[in-house]
Amino acid sequence: MLSHKTIISTLLSVLLLLPVFAQAGDLMPVVPKAKAKANPDTLCIRDVKDMRKNHMKYILHKRDKTLREGVRTKQDSLAECISCHISKNDKGEYASFGDSKHFCSSCHNFAAVNIDCFDCHNDKPTAASKTGSTIK
Amino acid sequence: MTQPVNNKETTTDIYRRQFLGKTAAAAGLALAPGMILTEVAHARSADQPASDKNRWGLLINTNKCGTGCTACVSACQTENGWGEINKSEPHSKASQKAVWIRKVKLKDKLTGHVQSLPLMCQHCEHPPCVDVCPTGASMKRKDGIVLVDKHICIGCRYCMMACPYKARSFIHEALENQKVHAPRGKGTVESCTMCVHRVDTDGTPACVEACNAEGHQAMYFGDLKDSNSAISVELRNNGGQQLRQDLALNTGVRYQGL
Repeated sequence: MLSHKTIISTLLSVLLLLPVFAQAGDLMPVVPKAKAKANPDTLCIRDVKDMRKNHMKYILHKRDKTLREGVRTKQDSLAECISCHISKNDKGEYASFGDSKHFCSSCHNFAAVNIDCFDCHNDKPTAASKTGSTIK
Repeated sequence: MTQPVNNKETTTDIYRRQFLGKTAAAAGLALAPGMILTEVAHARSADQPASDKNRWGLLINTNKCGTGCTACVSACQTENGWGEINKSEPHSKASQKAVWIRKVKLKDKLTGHVQSLPLMCQHCEHPPCVDVCPTGASMKRKDGIVLVDKHICIGCRYCMMACPYKARSFIHEALENQKVHAPRGKGTVESCTMCVHRVDTDGTPACVEACNAEGHQAMYFGDLKDSNSAISVELRNNGGQQLRQDLALNTGVRYQGL
């Protein structure tokens, strides 16, 4: 019969090794790097963990501020997200939403979370939209 | 004995300084509202919300509007990405596709006099489209611009039926290549936004710019609440009619020469 100690240590080692297995099996999403840093001092708009967990709340809040009140700051603007986080596909063109090379899709495909942002919003930057080098 | 005297002098001095400091601060405070007042007339900063101190409006002189000229319509299409420049909705008839602004020809049968005018969302003070919207998607901003919040629009099209100006359209099919500043998509209603993205950055709507570029100068854009704005001066001097004035909607778009 296995002792409690053996069970716990086996479980712990499996848990510790899980990320390694995941990496090895290509089970984690490959998220493309942003091409520009929003704020040179802090490197990102917000902490990466915070953004991964709460980005939907930030952009949801911002959409109402922009549409209903006309607040057009760059912070949390979807167009600014796109202009920094856009990446190209194998053909060298900007990846469309749905393509795993598209920043949003890279994770949303993995997590099977469907979003309808790009039914209306452009999923690529246009000539007029600039990279968010300064956040107001 | 000198010590207390010195102390007293110091205290008086401190009181005097504090008094002077407070007076200066009060003077500063008195100045601040004046400075804010002058700012309202001009551009607001990007983080300031639109305020009810402005009401944006358009004035259209139908006598100056060129018959057959569609510069305002093409400018709107280019700016907002609808119509000819966006080849989407292949299964829809031309009459089903989005129209944000259109040219209307009026002919007096008695005299044969023909007038031409652009017709778009009239940005009513009491918009019927907002009244009937079941979700709150059809909304009016504090500065009088009437918009559709497509995030919560369910595409029921009540607003299209309620609008006396036939100013709204519905998108039937999935779109691509929308303009970054003018998101539009399947299953939602849309209309003229008075180029709200331009207005927010102290700009002029694309139609007005195009009309001026054509040399017609038939359209004015400005703040109806600012009595010194070009549009207010023109309205005061030469008047301006509302379309369907009998409905008492107090439209933000006015016409001359009807």
